[in-house]
Amino acid sequence: MTTDLGMPSLDATQLGGLDLVPAADSPQKAKDYTSDQEVRWCPGCGDYAVLAAVRAFLPTLSIRRENTVFVSGIGCSSRFPYYLDTYGMHSIHGRAPAIATGLAVSRPDLSVFVVTGDGDALSIGGNHLIHALRRNVNMTILLFNNRIYGLTKGQYSPTSEVGKVTKSTPVGSVDHPFDPVALALGADATFVGRAMDSDRKGLSAVLEAAARHRGAALVEIYQDCPIFNDGSFDVLRRPDDAEARVIPVRHGEPITFGTDGRWAVVRRGFGLDVAPTAEVAPEDVVVHDATDVGLAHALARLSGQDLGHAVFGVIRQVQRPTYDDLSRAQVQQAAAGGPADLRELVHGADTWTVRGGTVITEARP
Amino acid sequence: MASPVPPATAPQRRDRVVIRFAGDSGDGMQLTGDRFTAEAAAFGNDLATLPNYPAEIRAPHGTLAGVSSFQLHFADHDILTPGDRPDVLVAMNPAALRSNLGDLPAGGVLILDTDEFTPRNLAKVGYATSPLDDGSLDPYTVHRVAMTSLTVAALEPLGLGKKDAERSKNMFALGLLSWMYSRPTEGTQRWLREKFARRPEIAEANVVAFRTGHAYGETTEAFAVTYEVAPAVLPDGTYRQVSGNTALAYGLVAAARRAGLPLFLGSYPITPASDVLHELSRLKRFGVTTFQAEDEIAGIGAALGAAYGGALGVTTTSGPGLALKMEAVGLAVMTELPLLVVDVQRGGPSTGLPTKTEQADLLQAVFGRNGEAPVPVVAPSSPADAFDAAVDAARIALTYRTPVLLLSDGAIANGSEPWRVPEEDDLPDLRVEFATEPNTDDGRFLPYARDPETLARPWAVPGTPGLAHRIGGLEKADGTGDISYDPANHERMVRLRQAKVDGVAVPDLEVDDPDNDAPVLVLGWGSTAGPIGAAVRRLRTAGHRVARAHLRHLVPLPANTEAVLRSYRTVVVPEMNLGQLAFLLQGRFAVPVESETKVAGLPFGAAELAERLTPYVSKEQVPA
Repeated sequence: MTTDLGMPSLDATQLGGLDLVPAADSPQKAKDYTSDQEVRWCPGCGDYAVLAAVRAFLPTLSIRRENTVFVSGIGCSSRFPYYLDTYGMHSIHGRAPAIATGLAVSRPDLSVFVVTGDGDALSIGGNHLIHALRRNVNMTILLFNNRIYGLTKGQYSPTSEVGKVTKSTPVGSVDHPFDPVALALGADATFVGRAMDSDRKGLSAVLEAAARHRGAALVEIYQDCPIFNDGSFDVLRRPDDAEARVIPVRHGEPITFGTDGRWAVVRRGFGLDVAPTAEVAPEDVVVHDATDVGLAHALARLSGQDLGHAVFGVIRQVQRPTYDDLSRAQVQQAAAGGPADLRELVHGADTWTVRGGTVITEARP
Repeated sequence: MASPVPPATAPQRRDRVVIRFAGDSGDGMQLTGDRFTAEAAAFGNDLATLPNYPAEIRAPHGTLAGVSSFQLHFADHDILTPGDRPDVLVAMNPAALRSNLGDLPAGGVLILDTDEFTPRNLAKVGYATSPLDDGSLDPYTVHRVAMTSLTVAALEPLGLGKKDAERSKNMFALGLLSWMYSRPTEGTQRWLREKFARRPEIAEANVVAFRTGHAYGETTEAFAVTYEVAPAVLPDGTYRQVSGNTALAYGLVAAARRAGLPLFLGSYPITPASDVLHELSRLKRFGVTTFQAEDEIAGIGAALGAAYGGALGVTTTSGPGLALKMEAVGLAVMTELPLLVVDVQRGGPSTGLPTKTEQADLLQAVFGRNGEAPVPVVAPSSPADAFDAAVDAARIALTYRTPVLLLSDGAIANGSEPWRVPEEDDLPDLRVEFATEPNTDDGRFLPYARDPETLARPWAVPGTPGLAHRIGGLEKADGTGDISYDPANHERMVRLRQAKVDGVAVPDLEVDDPDNDAPVLVLGWGSTAGPIGAAVRRLRTAGHRVARAHLRHLVPLPANTEAVLRSYRTVVVPEMNLGQLAFLLQGRFAVPVESETKVAGLPFGAAELAERLTPYVSKEQVPA
């Protein structure tokens, strides 16, 4: 017996991310998604919180567990697939988006997740990340950003701040960091979101929206490495510091933050700035529009490497036909032209026949 | 200069002819050669071709660097190589003459486009005097033809610009040669009209140029003699002309069809492998998906992802690309998924000679990964054989759940020959069964449990209920596939993976030794099959006893390889590298092997190889 790999016809622009994935027969629990493998991250690692959130949010998608696949690269976070009782591949450094692309193109009935880190996705695998995003392959990418290399024991990463002292930069890093959200927007990603590992509610909401998005969805997750970069996001966690820094955004709502919304995001020049809400006319408070790419770019630039501000939520979400849907549609369209004749293919236009020592040339019909 | 008198004599018979078209890389020499090849094929000749062109798309006009040539050998009997030296050289400019004349034997026919022999063009390639006038061409039968101006004049009524008109001069040359060798002309005219269907004025210009060249031959006394080469009587069957890249693409499609799987190609363009991507991208109706990846690594990554999902995953590349893919090949070894990795070898190292042929990736294919990472290696021996080799590589990948390296090369990829087209039913049944249920008595699924015969692990594709499991590049625990750092387990898994590849079923090495008494065996692999076959024929004709054999499978080697090697006093291995197969055989079997190597970016010539083999057979021929 073989598994049916049939490819249903579709109108790519009308579909949600999971619409071709078979629905679960019965309600599922986080426990159903928990594998028998012992979790081996360091105590206090932010990955635990993300794992718990993922195990809890997957059942809410109501899709069949066996149609869920997690593909990861290399790094601490890339151990993730082992801890979920779904299909999974722990692949090689940086290549998970490429592997997931082949899988997503061949199998529209799967919900494909990529788990990666700041080194895996932005350094060795930067090329695959930007191309998966621009192609808009139907996959959900969880980018764990702890701004350090953990598995290789503490070298700076492509998101580490300038001046960072690490094992490989004893007098401080001189590398300018990437902002993953800005990079994804630059690659024309159709879904870009950000969440904090410890913010279970916010993280789950962004992850669910990302999984239901048809196309490539990038979710940057700020996450602590307690061993090599402890407290790197503390300014976003401690209430006093977070007050004027953490900017949650919701599509259609004015962007205000802090206690009682005391801060507001306003336009300044071609970009955005933060001002006390009390000093701003209500109509001047920017209303978040996740379909406005200009706004998304400006929001991304509010977040600096010093974490002076950090925008969380769904920063961009637009519909664009996905690469995999279009690719499959081309194959289906070609197949609809009639049965493919292998004999006709291999014979080609001009043949001749040899029979019993005689050459018979054949005029083409 | 034209005479209305047709040739009085009947065409003279030739049993074989070698023609080389040479010109500027913008002159359309590859197209001209391809078309003459198609005419020869449609006529039923046996044939072999050797395209030879620069890596630059348009090198500076009229320079030696820009010369592009196409050599065609066609015959009334079975031939094995594109021919060593041309009988006829068509040189469209001084650069083409200068770089090719050395290969033309004295008495050979030389056809020149005199219009291009201007002082400027002569100076560009360092001719102090014009070879048209200085007597240097006296040893040859020279036809001076003002091809460019004759073409332009013939096209004048069509109202084409001079540039467009000049571009058709290659069809003039094709028409002239078609007349000289009594080729049918309808096929080419029909082909031109189809090729330029969207630009009828260009189609017409090319047809007129072709006819003008044909008529020029017919009406010019200088070409009073025509030749004919009768069709070749090959074994019964239906034949077509095919290039190696096309045959390989068709083999992949046929294999996927026989396996009942969709075909997924992940590839990044690279010379000389890109034509496989081009060909497959046009075959979507066969359920073929082609993915032009962002780089070589993504090409194989996507192919592996598709294989994980249950497709026949393929990636195509050439040497430098293979180097980039090797980490992913290692992942396929570890995850034990079927995957085809096609390397159309070219001259190396590094960027090397992108458009020239070589066989120097053998050891990269066999060994070029970190760790003990055994991979079966299969090599086609000719353009047509690339079809069968692709089907066989797919058989191995699917049966044993392993990546397989298919080693073609530039000579196979771009060369063409007659192909006896197979019937679908004669191809092997490659159907696979995906795992659908647990495989232990207590109802668990072990992704690394093995088939006792093939040692293949189950192929459980995502979407299969109850079989969810995780795979990856970390060492697997035998059976469960869980991560394992256990020393004894690693030892066992390394040996299991090796045993699986060692146990791949491959046919015995067949030896061609007519009287079973030859003291010398010539053993080859890949595209040297033609030159070796032709050289051995020459040696036998000269009275030497010499055996030959050809390896299709480099990993694993056929079970009788060692016995064959030990049954000959002398074993000679000709290769287009510095002796990689010889090294492999000596290391493996500790038998003495003589190595004859060539790394010129060109195949061995038959005469050249016969000469290099002569000392071995002569020495052995001395009575004991």
